[in-house]
Amino acid sequence: MQQVRDRIGRPDQKETAMTQYLLSVHNDGTSPYATEEDMHAAFADTGTFNEKLQASGKWVFAGGLEFPDTAKVVRRRDGALERTDGPYLESKEHIGGFWIIEAADMDEALAWAEEGAVACRGDVEVRPFQGIPQD
Amino acid sequence: MPNYLLSVCYPAGASQPPPDELAAIMTRVGALSADMQAAGVWVFGGGLHAPSSATVVEDRDGEVVMTDGPFIESKEQIGGITIIDVADLDAALAWGARKAAAIGVPIEVRPFVG
Amino acid sequence: MPAVPDDPAVLDRDSRSGDALEGPDPTLEVTSGAATAVTVEAVFRADYGRAIATLTRLLGDLGLAEEAVQDAFAVALETWPRDGVPPSPTGWVVTTARHRAIDRFRRESTREQRQAQAALLHAPDEPEEDYAVRDDRLRLVFTCCHPAIAPAAQVALTLRLVAGLTTPEIARAFLVPEPTMAQRLVRAKNKIRDAHIPYRVPDEHELPDRLRPVLAVIYLVHNEAYVATSGDSLDRVDLAAEAVRLGRLLVELMPDEPEARGLLALMLLAESRRPARVAADGSLVRLADQDRSLWDASLLAEGQALVRECLRRNTPGPYQIQAAIAAVHSDATTAADTDWRQVIALYDQLLAAAPSQVVRLNRAIAVAELDGPTAGLLEIDAPDGPATHLDAYHLLHATRAALLARQGRTAEAAASYDRAIALTDNIAEQRFLTSRRDALL
Repeated sequence: MQQVRDRIGRPDQKETAMTQYLLSVHNDGTSPYATEEDMHAAFADTGTFNEKLQASGKWVFAGGLEFPDTAKVVRRRDGALERTDGPYLESKEHIGGFWIIEAADMDEALAWAEEGAVACRGDVEVRPFQGIPQD
Repeated sequence: MPNYLLSVCYPAGASQPPPDELAAIMTRVGALSADMQAAGVWVFGGGLHAPSSATVVEDRDGEVVMTDGPFIESKEQIGGITIIDVADLDAALAWGARKAAAIGVPIEVRPFVG
Repeated sequence: MPAVPDDPAVLDRDSRSGDALEGPDPTLEVTSGAATAVTVEAVFRADYGRAIATLTRLLGDLGLAEEAVQDAFAVALETWPRDGVPPSPTGWVVTTARHRAIDRFRRESTREQRQAQAALLHAPDEPEEDYAVRDDRLRLVFTCCHPAIAPAAQVALTLRLVAGLTTPEIARAFLVPEPTMAQRLVRAKNKIRDAHIPYRVPDEHELPDRLRPVLAVIYLVHNEAYVATSGDSLDRVDLAAEAVRLGRLLVELMPDEPEARGLLALMLLAESRRPARVAADGSLVRLADQDRSLWDASLLAEGQALVRECLRRNTPGPYQIQAAIAAVHSDATTAADTDWRQVIALYDQLLAAAPSQVVRLNRAIAVAELDGPTAGLLEIDAPDGPATHLDAYHLLHATRAALLARQGRTAEAAASYDRAIALTDNIAEQRFLTSRRDALL
């Protein structure tokens, strides 16, 4: 993690041509695994994919999320802050985890997403981050 | 220490605030990020492009299928995320509360596994 | 892939008349000299894609390129009537657009834009080498047809940016309200910009996957010309002609791609029948009933020559096989002379290359021509066959109706016609099917 902070913390080192993409793994509430063996294989494949991503230098962050019912929402209401149980989006589908990568363009991001989708047996949404203003 | 995801949640029908208000929000968010970095809890932060810029990639029995648009078609949307590395949920909620105050929209706080 | 229903029992696709360029771009104001305004429009339409493609490479941004090219055309409408048309209108457009972009940058220069400006200033003013222009246009085609963009938006982008149609023209062509089409285009262009969809020709190994949507877009445009015939057709751009133009462009850009040739051949052969497709009273004429002497001989010859070329190359694909089927029909001087064995053999090839129930349905029609209606119906009603999968497709029921009628099962045939009529929104087809049903009784 320290490595990430260092890199992002130094704007002069940032490769301006790169775009960051959020690759989020979606789940409709059902198990994506055919069998228990398949689940273990998926974990192993995802581990291999993570290693490859890290070795490529395009890795920024990766993490699996706890179930959506563990989420809390903090909002301001009538000037006071209020905490409620989450998740915020009342949807059957939810994000199970995600990768954040750096890629030269959409084609590179999509290629990583394809590989990630195959590895983790999930649908992967690719969404670009806004660039950091240059001036 | 565990990681937490702080998601910026835009309610249905939310529109971009006027430029001067937006600039004030950006200043507050920038200051909060600086505080997070100074406290050593900041891992990642980024604003996302609109959900319509999203593409879903799906593996259908070995054939990869691409679909234009976000996975979840919802009026509410996630506008950006921050990842922090803090001791516990209370600490995460405290940062989440500061973020909610800085932007003026709800913040969802959700733990990462492990 | 939707196959072309191209057999006698099925309606031949109808046509719309008029090849002329229609309507000026409403964003441009014609000041004087009708002939010159027409010239400007013609250059606009013919070279829009070329100019956008080159400017996108120079500027690194599709949106900026579009603004610059539109600026240049506004200038053309102002100056050409006064000073005359420049000797190389295309070169003039690209050069002027570039200079207009530089002006824009000077006015609103951020760091990013200043970099782009530097690139512009260093670019040569001479006409680009042919191969460079070719690559630019190909990049533009692949960007518009990127698989991360929804198919409907791919079609709209291609017609707007590559073919140079205006947004209102595209909206009318697809019977979509103009604001809807404008929004579809804006959303797609924003996605190209925000997601950084690259402006490049795919590598060799990616080509099969990336070429598929490009061919599909052109085929969709061509199909739309046949499907959406209701409404005021005089007011609509000739989509069939636009599809053929795009098909020719793709063959020009990718001369070694056999499927591009196959697609062009398929469209040319369909177009060659256009004069025979509509009767004097405006009703549709089935392929079997068409006056073949009305077929356009030059389009037919061009299409057949392309099919022969494809056969020589011997790297068949779905579009080439469909073109070959169309060519077999074109070879027959009368419907009765059609080589149905050959047609069936080609459908078998097509099923192997691109299995689909629509293709099975078309094959069944050919079988009915060779072996009679009972054999055809057996294929249609086979387990897991077209009847099972295409129950919501009006041509399934129209085909069953025609075959049942030939067997003398009049009541069942009428019921099938009713079902077909209920399943199509196309008024011309409804009218045709109604007349067939009424003829039974």
